[in-house]
Amino acid sequence: MSLSTCAPCLFWQSSIGKKIVVALTGAFLVVFLAGHLVGNLLIFQSSESFNHYADFLHTMLHGWGIWLFRATMLVALALHIIATVQLTAANRIARPTRYQKDATMVASRSSRLMIWSGLTILVFFVFHILHYTVRVDGDLKQLADFHQNWAMTVAGFQSIPVVLFYILAMGLLCSHLSHGVGSIFQTLGLRTKKSANVINLFSKAYAVVLFFGFISIPVSICFFGLGEKEMNETIQKVEAAAKAGLTSLPDAGDKH
Amino acid sequence: MSLDSKIPEGPMDQKWTKHKMDSKLINPANKRKYTVIVVGSGLAGGAAAASLAEMGYQVKCFCYQDSPRRAHSIAAQGGINAAKNYQNDGDSVHRLFYDTVKGGDFRAREANVHRLAEVSNAIIDQCTAQGVPFAREYGGLLDNRSFGGAQVSRTFYARGQTGQQLLIGCYQALEKEISKGGVTMYPRTEMMDVVKVNGHAKGIVVRDMITGKVESHAADAVILATGGYGNVFFLSTNAMGCNVTAALRAHKRGAYFANPCYTQIHPTCIPVSGDYQSKLTLMSESLRNDGRIWVPKGKDDAEAIRTGKKSPEDIAEDDRDYYLERKYPSYGNLAPRDVSSRAAKEVCDDGRGVAPTGLGVYLDFKDAIARLGEDVIRARYGNLFQMYEKITGDNPYGTPMQIFPAVHYTMGGLWVDYNLQTTVPGLHCLGEANFSDHGANRLGASALMQGLADGYYVIPSTIAVYLAGEKPGTITTDMDEFKEVEKEVDERMNALVNVKGNRTVDSFHKELGLIMWDNCGMARTEESLKHALKRIPEIRDDFWKNVRVPGKANGINAELEKAARVADFLEFAEVMCYDALERAESCGGHFRLEYQFTEDSPEVKSGSTQPGEALRRDDKFAYVAAWEFKGVGAEPTLHKEELTFDSVHLAIRSYA
Amino acid sequence: MNLTLKVWRQYDIQDDGRLETYDAKDIPIEASFLEMLDIVNERIINDGGEPIHFDHDCREGICGQCSLTVNGIPHSKEQGITVCQLHMRKFKDGETIWIEPFRAKAFPLLRDLMVDRSAFDRIIAAGGFIDVRTGSAQDANNLPVAKTRAEASMDAAACIGCGACVAACKNASAMLFVSAKAAHLNLLPQGAPEKDKRVLGMVRQMDAEGFGNCTNLYECEAVCPKEISVENIARLNRDYAVALAKEAAV
Repeated sequence: MSLSTCAPCLFWQSSIGKKIVVALTGAFLVVFLAGHLVGNLLIFQSSESFNHYADFLHTMLHGWGIWLFRATMLVALALHIIATVQLTAANRIARPTRYQKDATMVASRSSRLMIWSGLTILVFFVFHILHYTVRVDGDLKQLADFHQNWAMTVAGFQSIPVVLFYILAMGLLCSHLSHGVGSIFQTLGLRTKKSANVINLFSKAYAVVLFFGFISIPVSICFFGLGEKEMNETIQKVEAAAKAGLTSLPDAGDKH
Repeated sequence: MSLDSKIPEGPMDQKWTKHKMDSKLINPANKRKYTVIVVGSGLAGGAAAASLAEMGYQVKCFCYQDSPRRAHSIAAQGGINAAKNYQNDGDSVHRLFYDTVKGGDFRAREANVHRLAEVSNAIIDQCTAQGVPFAREYGGLLDNRSFGGAQVSRTFYARGQTGQQLLIGCYQALEKEISKGGVTMYPRTEMMDVVKVNGHAKGIVVRDMITGKVESHAADAVILATGGYGNVFFLSTNAMGCNVTAALRAHKRGAYFANPCYTQIHPTCIPVSGDYQSKLTLMSESLRNDGRIWVPKGKDDAEAIRTGKKSPEDIAEDDRDYYLERKYPSYGNLAPRDVSSRAAKEVCDDGRGVAPTGLGVYLDFKDAIARLGEDVIRARYGNLFQMYEKITGDNPYGTPMQIFPAVHYTMGGLWVDYNLQTTVPGLHCLGEANFSDHGANRLGASALMQGLADGYYVIPSTIAVYLAGEKPGTITTDMDEFKEVEKEVDERMNALVNVKGNRTVDSFHKELGLIMWDNCGMARTEESLKHALKRIPEIRDDFWKNVRVPGKANGINAELEKAARVADFLEFAEVMCYDALERAESCGGHFRLEYQFTEDSPEVKSGSTQPGEALRRDDKFAYVAAWEFKGVGAEPTLHKEELTFDSVHLAIRSYA
Repeated sequence: MNLTLKVWRQYDIQDDGRLETYDAKDIPIEASFLEMLDIVNERIINDGGEPIHFDHDCREGICGQCSLTVNGIPHSKEQGITVCQLHMRKFKDGETIWIEPFRAKAFPLLRDLMVDRSAFDRIIAAGGFIDVRTGSAQDANNLPVAKTRAEASMDAAACIGCGACVAACKNASAMLFVSAKAAHLNLLPQGAPEKDKRVLGMVRQMDAEGFGNCTNLYECEAVCPKEISVENIARLNRDYAVALAKEAAV
C-alpha cells in the first residue's frame, strides 16, 4: 500500500479529512479543559482536597496514568496544530490577491482569528507547562516536591504580570472556543439548520464559563489575596522541613 | 430548390415509430468514427450533445457562456408539459398534440407536433431519473399544475425554476460525458460561421472569446441549437448574449429561414423605465390568476397618474376599465398571451397607459387580498412580489403592479425537415432556433418540452439518416474551404475594429430595436413594415461607417462580440420584416392591423369571435414561409411549404 | 445620482492590476447596478477608452454569470440577490463604490472583473451527476420521493453556480457549492447508488483545483444569492467520512 492510496493518508491529505482531525482533537481538548477546570476549582474548597486531587493525578495507574494522559494530550495537540497550520497555509495560497476593500457579513472576529488565538494559546501552553508542570521557578519546585500543590499554585499567582498574561491567554482561549466548539459539530456533520442556534449558544456559553472559571483562580489569588496566609505558613513549613533534610512535611505523613 | 419536409407516410400516431423503423442505423462500433458538432448548450444542445456521446459519437460542443450550465434555457420559470395524465383529467398524447396545433394558430407542422407530444412523457422520466427535483405531492408522486390556460393539469414544475433544474440535469449529463471523453466542451467560444464542403455542412469557424483566435472545427455533421432572435428588438426577456449569428450565418450559407415574423410577446413584464434599460424582466404569468388588469377609463386620469398628480388609489372603481374582463368575459384576465398583450398595447395607444413612459397597465391584487387575505397572496406569489419590489421599489401589496408586454420567444427559425435537417445537408437545427413545432404561437410550458424532445429523443435518432450516407472522418480543417471562411471571419472582425467611428454598438442596437418594436412588434401594418425595410439598411450602412469598437480583435473584447452580433441582427431584421409584410393575415404572434375581425364580419355576428381578433387567412397563408438568402440588402426568395391539417380541423381561435 | 467608482482594472493575468477611479454622474436611480456600469462604459467608449469588462448574461438572477464584488461583498451586501438584481436606489448620492472581481486562486482572472470559473465544471464532471443514459429511465412515478426529501433536494439544487461562496469565503473555499451540488443528488433515491463515488470524486477534484478549506465562517451562506444553507456542508463532511471509510473497508 503506497502513501498516496492508504486510507489514513487519503483522509489526512483531503481538506475534509484534515478538518475532521482538527474537530476530533479539538473535541478532546475541549473536554479536557472542562475536566481541568473542575479539578482546579477545588482550590476554592480547601488545600487538602486540592493536594489530594493533585496526588491522585500523579499516582493513578501506579503513576503511569499521568504519562499516558500527557502522551495522548501531546499527540492531540500536535495533530490539532499541524493540521490547522497546514490548512491555514493552504487557505492563504487559495487567495493570492486580497480584496482592496475587504468586508465581512457574518463571520465573527473570533472565527477569523482562530490561527492567531490558537498560536497565542500555544505560547501560553508552553509557559503554563514550564510554570506549573516543569516548574522552572525553584521555589515552586520545592513546594511541589513536598506535595504542596495548593501552595505552589497560590504562590505561582503572586506576580501581576504572570496573572495578566493568564487572563489574556484565557481571553483568547474563550475567543477560540466560542468558534471552535460550534465548529466541531459542523465539521463532524452534526449541525443542522434547526440545531444551529442551540449549538452557537452552547459554544459561546461554554467559552464564557471556561473563561470565568479559569480566571477566577488567579484573580482571586492575586487581587483578592486568596490563601495568602496559609500559603506563607506552608512555605515556612516546607523551608523548615527542607533545612531539616526531610522529603515531606511531618503532618502530611499519613499518606506518604 | 423545392422543400421536402420528409414527413413519413402512414397514420399520424404511427409516423414517428414507422420512421425510426425505416431509418438506417449506424453500427455501434462505427459511431465513434463520426464527429458531430453541437453549437449551443441549452436544453436542446446540451441534451443532444450528451445523448449523442452516450450513443458513441464523438461530440464537440460550443457555447459563448463561461459554462454550458448558463444557457438561457435556465431562465424559464413556469414548467414543462407532458401527456402523462397523472391527474386522470383526460389528458393524452392526442390532446397535447391537438392543443399545441390549435395554440400555434394552425401554422405548425402536424407530424412534428405529434412526435413532440409522443416523446413528452419520456422526457419527464429521463429528467426525473437524472435527479431533477420536480414538485411532488405528499404521497411522493409528481405534482402537476394547469398552466397557460390549458384545460388539463399537465405541467411539471420545480418551484419557479423549472428551466434551471432541467438545464442542470442536462448539463450534468453533459459533464458526465465530458469526463468520459465523449464530449469535448468549448465554453467562451462563439460560432462565427458554417463551413460547407461539397455543399454539405462539415464544420464551423469559431472565435475563442479569451484569445480572440479564429479557429476551425471539422465534423461529419453540424447541429445548431443556438436559441431565438428576440434580441433583434434590443429589449427582450432574453439574456444579453442571445443572438442570431449562428442561424443567420447558416442562412447565408443556404439554410432557409422559416416564419421569422412569428415572435411571442409576453403580457406580464415589468415596464421599461428609461433609455438606459438593458433588458426586460418577466413576471410569471400565474399572477394573472388573481390579479385584475386595468387602466383608467379616462385619458385625463391616466395623464394625471403619469405625471404623478394622482395615484391609482385615487381612481374610483367606476372610472377603471378592466378591459380584459370587459372584452373577454369568460377568459377575463387569463386570456392567451398574444390576446392580452395586444389589448395592453391598444389601451396604451389610446393614451390610457399608466407608467411614466405611458407604456404600462395595472395588475391589481387589491380585490384578491380583500377576498383571500394578504397571507394567502403572499403564499402564492410572495417571491414574485419580492422580485417586483426589488426591481421597482414599489410594494405590490399596497399599490398595483405595473406591467407591459415584452418580447419573450421567437417561434420562427431555420427551416428543418422531419429529421431536423435544414436545407443544407448535414446542418441540423434544434430547439428555439428551428421553426417547427409551435406554429405562430407557443403555449406556456412547451418550449422546455420542445428543446428536450429535439435534444434527447429526435436528433439522436434522425441524425443517423444523414450520417449513414457519409463516410466518417474525411474532413480536415486544413481544407481550403475552412481557410477561406476563417479568412472571411478574420476580416470581418478586423473590419469592425477598424471602423473607428463615433457611435457605440449599443446605440445602434437600440436604434434598430426601436424600429423593430415600433414597426414589426406587437402590431404590424404594410406601411410600418415598408418603413422598417427602408430604415434598416440605412442603420446598417451607418453602423459600418460610424460604429466605434474599442480595443483589438485579439484578446477579450466584449464590444467586438456585441458588434459582430449587432451586425448580424442588422442583416436579419430585414428578412423578418419581409416575412411579416408577405404574410397578409394575422395569426398567433403575428398581428397585422389590416387583418382583424370587424363588427361586420359574419363570424362576429354569429358570436364565434369578437371584433379586433386576429383574422387568419387559411385559404392563402396556410404555409410555412421559408426564405432563401439572396445577398445582403437583396430581397430574399420565398419558398412555401404548404401545411395540411388532417388530424386537427382548422378553426377560429376564440377566447370569448 | 452621482457616484465615485473604484474599479479593478487588469488587462490580463500577466498585468498587475490596479483600482481606477471613475466619476459616475447623473445615474438614474431606477437603473440596475449593471445598467449603471453600461452607462459608465458608454461614456468611457465615447471618450476613447476601453470599457470595463465584466461577466453578465441573463440579468435576472438565474444564469449565475455575473460576478462582481461590491464594497468587499460578492453580489453586494443586499441578501438573496445576484449583482444583476441590485438597483441603484440601494446606494446614496455621492457614495464611493468599490468594484472588484471574485478573487480566488482557483478562479484565475481573465480581464478586469471577469474570472474563469471552469473549476466548478470540472468538479461536476468528477461525479456531480446521475449516470443514466437517455432512454433508459423508468416511469417517473415508479420511484416515489417523500415531499420533505424532494424539497430539501430542491433547496440545494437552487444553486446557480455563480461562485460567490468562494469569493466571500476568507479561505476561498468551495464547500458550499460542492456540498449543495452533492446534496441535491445525494438526497434523492435516484442519486443513491453513486453517492459515495460522487462525494469522493467531487471533494478530490475540489481539493485539486486549489480552493481553500472551510473553517465554518458561514460567509458563503450570507452572500449566496439563492440562500443555500451551510447544513449542506455538514452533510458533505459526514458523507465524505463515511464514503472514505467504506472505500478503505471494501
